[in-house]
Amino acid sequence: MILRLAFASLLARSLTVGMTILAIALSVALFLGVEKVRTGARASFADTISDTDLIVGARSGSVQLLLYSVFRIGNATNNVTWKSYRDIAARPEVAWIVPISLGDSHRQFRVMGTTAEFFVRYKYRGGRSLAFAQGRGLGDLYDAVVGADVAATLGYSVGDPIVVAHGLASFSEHADQPFRVAGVLAKTGTPVDRTVIVGLEAIEAIHVDWKSGAKIPGQTTPVEAIRQMDLTPTAITAAMVGVRSRLQVFQLQRWINQYPEEPLLAVLPGLALQELWQIVGVAETALVGVSAMVVITALIGMMAMIFASLNERRREMAIFRAMGARPTTILGLFVLEAALMAAVGAMLGAALLYAALAVAQPWIDAAFGLWLPLEPPGAREVPVLLGVVGAATLVSLIPALRAYRLSLADGMMVKI
Amino acid sequence: MTGTDRILVLEDVRFRWPGRASFSLNVPRFAVNGGETVLLLGESGSGKSTLLSLICGIVVAEAGSVRVCGTDLASLAPGARDRFRAEQIGVIFQQFNLLPYATVRDNILLPLRFAPGRRARAGDAGAEAARLCAALGLAAELLTVPAGRLSVGQQQRVAVGRALIGRPLLIVADEPTSALDAGTQNAFLDLLFARCREGGTSLLMVSHDERLGARFDRVLDLSGIATTGRMAA
Repeated sequence: MILRLAFASLLARSLTVGMTILAIALSVALFLGVEKVRTGARASFADTISDTDLIVGARSGSVQLLLYSVFRIGNATNNVTWKSYRDIAARPEVAWIVPISLGDSHRQFRVMGTTAEFFVRYKYRGGRSLAFAQGRGLGDLYDAVVGADVAATLGYSVGDPIVVAHGLASFSEHADQPFRVAGVLAKTGTPVDRTVIVGLEAIEAIHVDWKSGAKIPGQTTPVEAIRQMDLTPTAITAAMVGVRSRLQVFQLQRWINQYPEEPLLAVLPGLALQELWQIVGVAETALVGVSAMVVITALIGMMAMIFASLNERRREMAIFRAMGARPTTILGLFVLEAALMAAVGAMLGAALLYAALAVAQPWIDAAFGLWLPLEPPGAREVPVLLGVVGAATLVSLIPALRAYRLSLADGMMVKI
Repeated sequence: MTGTDRILVLEDVRFRWPGRASFSLNVPRFAVNGGETVLLLGESGSGKSTLLSLICGIVVAEAGSVRVCGTDLASLAPGARDRFRAEQIGVIFQQFNLLPYATVRDNILLPLRFAPGRRARAGDAGAEAARLCAALGLAAELLTVPAGRLSVGQQQRVAVGRALIGRPLLIVADEPTSALDAGTQNAFLDLLFARCREGGTSLLMVSHDERLGARFDRVLDLSGIATTGRMAA
């Protein structure tokens, strides 16, 4: 009956109570939303590359290797010679190996030379393969496959010509050997979206007339002659490696790291990603802090609302007292009302978030490559919701104690 | 319990509001018998609110004893006093008796929530509430209507129903008719007296209206039983 009365009392003040609940609901939705984006971003980040056991490059730091080989940020300090690559590929532990050659660019996007196997071996988001939105993979020497962002930004479709620039921010272009867009990849939410992929031989081909980063003056080898040449590279930037058995990962990693002929570095992408996230992750803590403040603000608003209602409810408290309610019952009534408001607010907030998520999920995935899974409230959300109700209960004790003292002083007679 | 037993006995009661030393109330002796109806006449400021608070156990006397149905209220812990009030006393105020947002039925049943013994006496509480409503001339449809929508006269009758449910031994009424017009006043008092007689309930009413006196077994002047002290603050 007390619960029913509390409900009726809240309903009778539906405008202020509704506003308070709305504030709580919005703050809860924001908090859960930030949590969702945070975990989604972290998962998307960790899912940038999967099913690759080792990434091999010239010796530097593991984060640096990851940054340039997977995220195409920064540059390699050194290359890996083709011989080293062959030696690693020949190891019995190696199931597959995909070479990556970086260094050139097209407009603001990086150009990556690799083999056709890249499209098979590169996996993201827990084993998803690359898919073609248009066209097909690398066939001809001068074929290029562009990522979704490249195609969207530059308006490319299959058949369009591409001229690759030498280096990352230079005006010297490989204009003599234009590429042709053979395929456009579907959006992945990974750095592949911002990459132009060409064959490893093509990288060699466009550098035939180049030496030490500059074009040899007056020398222009005809394309027909280039096609006849042996275009095996002398060096690559990095390589993705898959092992036959996961148990052999560390064995192979040790072998590569101790490779005597050249200083190499092999990293486990998962570990390196975690290391990198620890650097990036500081921002997420700030984000969570801000949204927690919003929840606290909403709860303080509720407290102010209860305080404001105290005076006009003195009569009501006196009636309860006259009917034999103890002052503690009055206190309990106020706390119960606050808990009810918070519970309704929290549930409404969660519902709001799920509704928004259901609508915006595909769009967020397409626009940001951020996959926010629509799961029932779990180990992450339920404590948050309970925490909000608990905090509301706690906060409401302050006005409830005031109500307690008022009802003690007023007794059953209120002179209004 | 027979009709001549003392329902309420005050002896040598002295009271001062804590923190308000300027006002004090002394009641040498005052008693209400079982089934008796007593009218206390007094203007506001004559200490009637304080007296009712003492009788209901909201406040406790400094000296002397307040016995309700044989129990000295001062001997009870605060929580037990609240429970005792719920069990034994029905209270009717001048006006604004009811929780406006709660239904008439919930308002009538409210004291039972704090008084298990009274709830047991009421039997089927819902049916008893309906019976009281009918006896007080309230339409059955009103039971589920929020009390705030009723007229003042109807609200006062609901308050009577609430005071009577579960047959408490004493009903304390503080100017219950002052908010009603003359015609409604008489009808209201007829109902109140009839219900009290029916249940053998004692009625202690405080009012400044002497014309009501004829209906009561006894009419006392508040200044005759209680002396108030008022010092310049």
